Amino acid sequence: MTLMTKFLGAAAATALSAGAALAEPALIFDLGGKFDKSFNEAAFAGAQRWAEETGETFREIELQSEAQREQALRRFAEAGSNPIVMTGFAFGDALGQVATDYPDTDFVIIDMVVDQPNVRSVVFNEHEGSYLVGMLAAQASQTGTVSFIGGMDIPLIRKFACGYAEGALAVNPEIEVIANMTGTTPAAWNDPVKGSELTKAQISQGSDVVYAAAGGTGVGVLQTAADEDILSIGVDSNQNYLHPGKVLTSMLKRVDNAVYQAFKEGAGMEKGFNVMGVGNGGVGYAMDEYNADLVTEEMQSTVDEAAAKISSGELEVHDYMSDDSCPVLSF
Amino acid sequence: MDMYLTLIQLLDSTVRLATPLLLACLAGLFSERAGIFDIGLEGKMLAAAFFSAAVAALTGSVWVGLLAGIAASLALSAIHGIASITFRGNQLISGVAINFLAAGMTVLIAQAWFRQGGRTPSLIGNARFEPVTLPFAEALQNVPFIGPLYYELISGHSVLVYMAFAAVPLTWWILFRTRFGLRLRAVGENPAAVDTAGVSVVGLRFAAVAICGVLCGVAGAYLSTALQAGFVKDMAAGRGFIALAALIFAKWRPWHALYATLLFGLFGALETRPDVIESLIGMKVQGQLLAALPYVMTVIILAGFVGKAIPPRAGGEPYVKER
Repeated sequence: MTLMTKFLGAAAATALSAGAALAEPALIFDLGGKFDKSFNEAAFAGAQRWAEETGETFREIELQSEAQREQALRRFAEAGSNPIVMTGFAFGDALGQVATDYPDTDFVIIDMVVDQPNVRSVVFNEHEGSYLVGMLAAQASQTGTVSFIGGMDIPLIRKFACGYAEGALAVNPEIEVIANMTGTTPAAWNDPVKGSELTKAQISQGSDVVYAAAGGTGVGVLQTAADEDILSIGVDSNQNYLHPGKVLTSMLKRVDNAVYQAFKEGAGMEKGFNVMGVGNGGVGYAMDEYNADLVTEEMQSTVDEAAAKISSGELEVHDYMSDDSCPVLSF
Repeated sequence: MDMYLTLIQLLDSTVRLATPLLLACLAGLFSERAGIFDIGLEGKMLAAAFFSAAVAALTGSVWVGLLAGIAASLALSAIHGIASITFRGNQLISGVAINFLAAGMTVLIAQAWFRQGGRTPSLIGNARFEPVTLPFAEALQNVPFIGPLYYELISGHSVLVYMAFAAVPLTWWILFRTRFGLRLRAVGENPAAVDTAGVSVVGLRFAAVAICGVLCGVAGAYLSTALQAGFVKDMAAGRGFIALAALIFAKWRPWHALYATLLFGLFGALETRPDVIESLIGMKVQGQLLAALPYVMTVIILAGFVGKAIPPRAGGEPYVKER
């Protein structure tokens, strides 16, 4: 019954708010949902930070199906929301169609490039962040083998794997890097059981640090790594707290910063291509009380040195998506 | 010796991956042998996975969680039974509805209860099934050949694995050696004859659907409380459908169900070790191929290339006493 009331309440709230036409910014969450402990939740945190600082409000919607993408975009644009931020590469096609119809509205898309005059495309240099955690992994490894588990086998995830392998090899040219993908369908994002089996298989091949870029599948990877007493590396949000003392670090993708910036700059922001890398705090590695004992100062200084080189352009990490190949890892 | 240990590791993984398939396959076997097609195995497993993890997290006892998982699966079975037995609805549509219901309901309730994005909190201590170490496993660990076999492969699984394997002979005995089993198989072949003999077709079919619910409940609980330490949305990840494929592959027979699910489990295990395949056959095999194999093999069987898969004759048809 309570669920039913929630449904009705939510429906009524949407119906009421639909009429108001204010120039509030809007945020659209992708299918993963607002509280996914990862990507979307980071976007929400950024919006929330902006709302607390400015005391203003923003509008939001959690998509429930593919068909709602364009509908949600148009609804917010019609209602006068500006700017409209959306999280996820899957919005690419819908935004491509909608953006031209609302030339006065600013759109921000995260993780995808849409070439329109009123769109800001925010992309992250995940390979740079992965490079840094790869360096940490190689330094923490006792066995000389580290491993990677990806979710769905798409170029974006290979980009993570390639950066990770490069980082590990930069520290120890002898190191062996094992990379596995969970699958080729979206089900691969939510198969923790298979994530566990992959982890166990990698452990039997000698790996003692495993990096998971696999959504819900990563939950199984981190769990098994903790159970089998090896180290793991989380992704997107800071996942160090999940298994204190067992998660070496997390590769941070500061989606919150991207959303915060977009909201702060508001309508009339700078459009075009916006790259969030190591240099401008877009990606990085997580340090907190849960992994303080795992990462020595020496490890940290090596990584920070590399980060400085990446920011200055002295060191360039290979981007898998630039040429669909990885010089150090074969898939 | 190294190769031998790799083999043990692969088989160990096979057992873990095959167990949920085996339980779901036996569940489908009971249901389909009684003439009720059930493509809702996936949904029932998913619901059971969620409720067992959620209740285990709330109570701290995995056994209470297991019961809750079975209860959730039974509730969905009851819906399937009422729709397809009592109201003579289409069994496939009812099954599809159950899959959708479970996929949406689990995430919704998880979000309402735990606020962790459709997950349950991580289970610790008594809230999850720990591996069982069989007697003498530690002592025999270093004996060559038998040691690793016994310690790694046979010992060290969760109690649900042993229950699943014990369920195979039990299923065979119930179906082929008891009066209940004979009648159950008969309602799947010729319900009118069973009715003429004065036995309730509806009662038997409900019993079969209930057994199916219990087995799916154990399968789901195994996923979230033994293999994993918590629920993640859609974590059944198509295992209910692979179990259905295994059921057809096994031609609705218990022992063959064991072989089929072990084979499919082995494919899953091999998928995690591309290096082993590469060293065995000397070329790289894409994991996708192995993932697709269960379905490909089922299609081959269905097409009649390797024997013929004949489903129970009255399967899928609601029983109408009088027209």
